[in-house]
Amino acid sequence: MAGGAHGTGGLTFDKSKRAWPNELNILFALILIVAIFEGLGQVLPYMRQQSFLFDSNGRFDSIFNEARLRIIILQVSIIGIIALGVTQVIITAGIDLSSGSVVGATAMIAMSFAQTSLVNGHPNPKAIFGEWAMDLPVLIPVLVGLGCGLIAGFINGALIAYTRIPPFIATLGMMVSARGVAKWWSRGNPISFPTEDFAWIGSGMMPVIWFMMLAVLFHFIMRYTVYGKHTYAIGSNQDAARMSGINVDRHRILVYSIAGILASFAAIILSSKNLTAQSGMGIMYELDAIAMAVIGGVSLTGGRGSIIGTVLGALIFGVIISGFTYLRLDAFYQEMVKGGIIVAAVVLDQWRQRRAGSKG
Amino acid sequence: MSDDIILETRDLTKHYGGVHALEGANFTLRKGEHVAIMGDNGAGKSTFVRQITGVEQRTRGEIFFEGKPVHFAGPLDAREAGIETVFQTLALADDLDVPDNIFLGREMTRWDWLGPFRLLNYKGMRDATLAGLEKTAVKIPNINNAIRNMSGGQRQCVAIARTASFHSRLTIMDEPTAALGVQETAQVENIVRTLKEVGEPLILISHNMRQVFDLVDRIVVFRRGRICANLKKEETDGQDVVAYITGAKTQPEYAETAA
Ligand SMILES: Nc1ncnc2c1ncn2[C@@H]1O[C@H](COP(=O)(O)OP(=O)(O)O)[C@@H](O)[C@H]1O
Ligand SMILES: [Mg+2]
Repeated sequence: MAGGAHGTGGLTFDKSKRAWPNELNILFALILIVAIFEGLGQVLPYMRQQSFLFDSNGRFDSIFNEARLRIIILQVSIIGIIALGVTQVIITAGIDLSSGSVVGATAMIAMSFAQTSLVNGHPNPKAIFGEWAMDLPVLIPVLVGLGCGLIAGFINGALIAYTRIPPFIATLGMMVSARGVAKWWSRGNPISFPTEDFAWIGSGMMPVIWFMMLAVLFHFIMRYTVYGKHTYAIGSNQDAARMSGINVDRHRILVYSIAGILASFAAIILSSKNLTAQSGMGIMYELDAIAMAVIGGVSLTGGRGSIIGTVLGALIFGVIISGFTYLRLDAFYQEMVKGGIIVAAVVLDQWRQRRAGSKG
Repeated sequence: MSDDIILETRDLTKHYGGVHALEGANFTLRKGEHVAIMGDNGAGKSTFVRQITGVEQRTRGEIFFEGKPVHFAGPLDAREAGIETVFQTLALADDLDVPDNIFLGREMTRWDWLGPFRLLNYKGMRDATLAGLEKTAVKIPNINNAIRNMSGGQRQCVAIARTASFHSRLTIMDEPTAALGVQETAQVENIVRTLKEVGEPLILISHNMRQVFDLVDRIVVFRRGRICANLKKEETDGQDVVAYITGAKTQPEYAETAA
């Protein structure tokens, strides 16, 4: 054993001796990627020395290109909220493939209780229910929507906990079924014209505000509460967690339920922002959310990762998409590269893990 | 039954399909007593522990803990009854640090009305961990490092410190020093002595003859799923114990059962 151990009885809890937090690596990756885009903007001839990060229009009141920064963060906020839940699921060594479909189903169902009765003085042309479901207080569509997510998440968790089927399969089933619900709800018709109050939820920069508030909340929960500790413990060593008296099954259900609620909240924001709900909403969001978490250092083998990491991962994700637009590369290149980045992040994680293992 | 019996098993038996891993074990442990269980690999020692601690459900037989028959549904039940166990396969969460592991499942908390979202009292748990480890002279460079980055000995010490940190009515250790170096073994033995001083009873499974003779009052030998000897330390020696382990000898009172 290390002869150099110091402190009382060979014990210390010296904060400075803590391992280098992985979040800092991810922050550096974020800075590096921004720098690469900035550099490419200066170097590529067709870009005519535009700046990615800084203001190029010679305004005097600002040095940053705020419009771009705002778009980046707005773009990732909604999926980022899903990623907060997905992060918790992955930390338990699970996976949630259903979030995108839950977004679709929730958007449809919530919007159908958020409709306004009069559009420009005329009866709502997209009315799905009668007058009784119109002009309801905003709390009702919100609670109905969150309820949808809760039910979907609860079913996911219960399937995984009690039938012992892999999370991949359980949530794949939910992915297909929830999309079915989304299409069935209004026979594929879009649902539109929400009340003013409902429209406020996702208006302007509200998605960013929700994302930030929820990120802070769940950062706190994951770090400072028993719930967070048990989530890490289950992903780290399920048997140890069980032996320690943690009710692993019940905790799993709670984690998947929270992930479902977060996905449905993202759906509420999205449908509010778009002022409409469509059955195809949220397709592939689950993969983007997983990508954000994985890029942010959440380990697919469970036990490791953090909300801060996922927020940084979401920003990296947004910067890359925005950067491609900025370099005027077509969307299909974006997808190709996105896939590559996800794989690279997982490879990096495994490499890190092996290195940590050989050290111990 | 006399009051000073902490644990008693009668005819405790476990079959895994056709494998008779444990057969008719009659075992008693008295207040403050430290007993070693010895026997070859596969003799059924760990199986015995798993039946007592509710990790598995016995095929037949009875278990009395502090005079009352018990049927633990799981290890948590056993722990809540006051039985702390260091299992042979360590039950540690690699990504958590030392206090987290020691307090896993019974965290010090605040604001308990928040239910699952009640707050962790990190400082309290860290202080208690430091106090506990200091008492046992366990050396761990930084208790806030993830367990993943620790040596086998340090990990074992954490697992043991965990049982020693809570006042238990019975401690069971299954081969706690099997994978440890000399220094680390000494630390584990220190913890065992601390338990003896405060009068907490212990079942120690070990292959280390020197250790067993240093630490315990009595040695129970398992052979092919059966108990074949129950030896007071003063009335036996290493050679004698080996004879029972290998099957060269069987105590007359066990001759019928331990074939
Ligand atoms: N889950 C199980 N299923 C089948 N056989 C088992 C199981 N666990 C243990 N055994 C068998 O029971 C016997 C006793 O095992 P064990 O109690 O682990 O021995 P010891 O701890 O004394 O080395 C061995 O033959 C082992 O192979
Ligand atoms: Mg064993």
